[in-house]
Amino acid sequence: MAEMDVSSGGGHKKGPGVKKSKKLSTRVDLTPMVDLGFLLITFFIFTTTMSQPTAMKLNLPKDVENPEEQNQAKESGALTILLGKDNHVFYYEGQLSPDGSNWMSSNFSGENSIRDVLIKKKKDVIANHVHTVNGICQEIWAKNNNDQTACRDKDLVVVIKPGEESTYKNVVDILDEMTINVIKRYALVDISEGETQLIKATEAANPK
Amino acid sequence: MARPKLPRKSTNIDMTAMCDVAFLLLTFFILATEFKPEEAVDVIIPSSVSSQPAPEKDVVMVSITKDGKVYLTMDDVERKKETLNQLNDRRKLGLSEAEIQKAAALPFYGTPISQLKAAAQLPADKYVADGLEGIPAKDTANNEMLDWMSAITTAYQGAKMNLLLKGDLNSKYPTFKNVIASFKRNDLLKFQMVTNPENVPTGTDLFTTGKRE
Repeated sequence: MAEMDVSSGGGHKKGPGVKKSKKLSTRVDLTPMVDLGFLLITFFIFTTTMSQPTAMKLNLPKDVENPEEQNQAKESGALTILLGKDNHVFYYEGQLSPDGSNWMSSNFSGENSIRDVLIKKKKDVIANHVHTVNGICQEIWAKNNNDQTACRDKDLVVVIKPGEESTYKNVVDILDEMTINVIKRYALVDISEGETQLIKATEAANPK
Repeated sequence: MARPKLPRKSTNIDMTAMCDVAFLLLTFFILATEFKPEEAVDVIIPSSVSSQPAPEKDVVMVSITKDGKVYLTMDDVERKKETLNQLNDRRKLGLSEAEIQKAAALPFYGTPISQLKAAAQLPADKYVADGLEGIPAKDTANNEMLDWMSAITTAYQGAKMNLLLKGDLNSKYPTFKNVIASFKRNDLLKFQMVTNPENVPTGTDLFTTGKRE
């Protein structure tokens, strides 16, 4: 393939005075060309983008003029998660008691992570579900061929309150936890002054 | 016993076939490569378990860098122009038609609205994200994202818009909150956050049911 036929066409003889030119080999060393080819291949392999970024959907609630119009969550099913500095997570169930006895600390990974808390809370809510005749669940079960596993977690509401010191990553992580643990009702809410103070106090008490 | 003499063979290999293969692969990769569009703003995005690819058309993207600067990117030049016209009218910027043309050609916006005129005059190599101060959105009192989003809502009236938010891992929450507030105030209640894909942790509800909302 790399050779070419350069022999002079035809077999007619040259005259006696004509010198026979020396035949040069037409074989070309292709090694550098192969080198170059593979170099370019490597370059293109590395510059090709393989993983496309994904997008995470978030629907916001409309701001309501008077908060009384908003749905009230059942206290037994409510879990409030607060995000602090340096990936600290705090949470409480139901209402925050005045003495702060149900104020708990957690984190994103490791022991007692927020995921474990959410899984436990979801189990609790499902276990404590009281079925009311003609309730919302009745309709949903009827729609799903009387599958009574659905809808039991309808009272579970997670309220997420990111603090001033939390990062965007923390917020995305906690929203991701909602997807991971299939929690349907959650809300991103502004933190209150009292809770900010409580976070600061807790962080000051346990410096890590 | 004397060994039979092996005929000595030439060690020259014909490289032609290898060369063919190399260039065939090269052509393939050249054609298959889609170069990363040049990112105007440098942010490191967090990861999530979401599996939907981020939309690429009709994009309005708000980027938040790690030091809390906010930048805006739009891909539709006509709508960019419309947005700038809206801003021009509302904020009495006094931009001429030519200046709007020039500003619409900018790859992204990252200055206070009052400095748009000056920003459009900057040469392209000076107009880099690091040198600009970003759209002010750090405090609620002076949140210019409200103006931007309201102008954009008008410009995209009746058309599909993919609102994307691309935040840096380490950007602080208050900036994010103000950006969201600007979406909410303009009735843009659905948006998407750009993330890197991540595997679903084993044993969780999502992992066992495989249902995604």
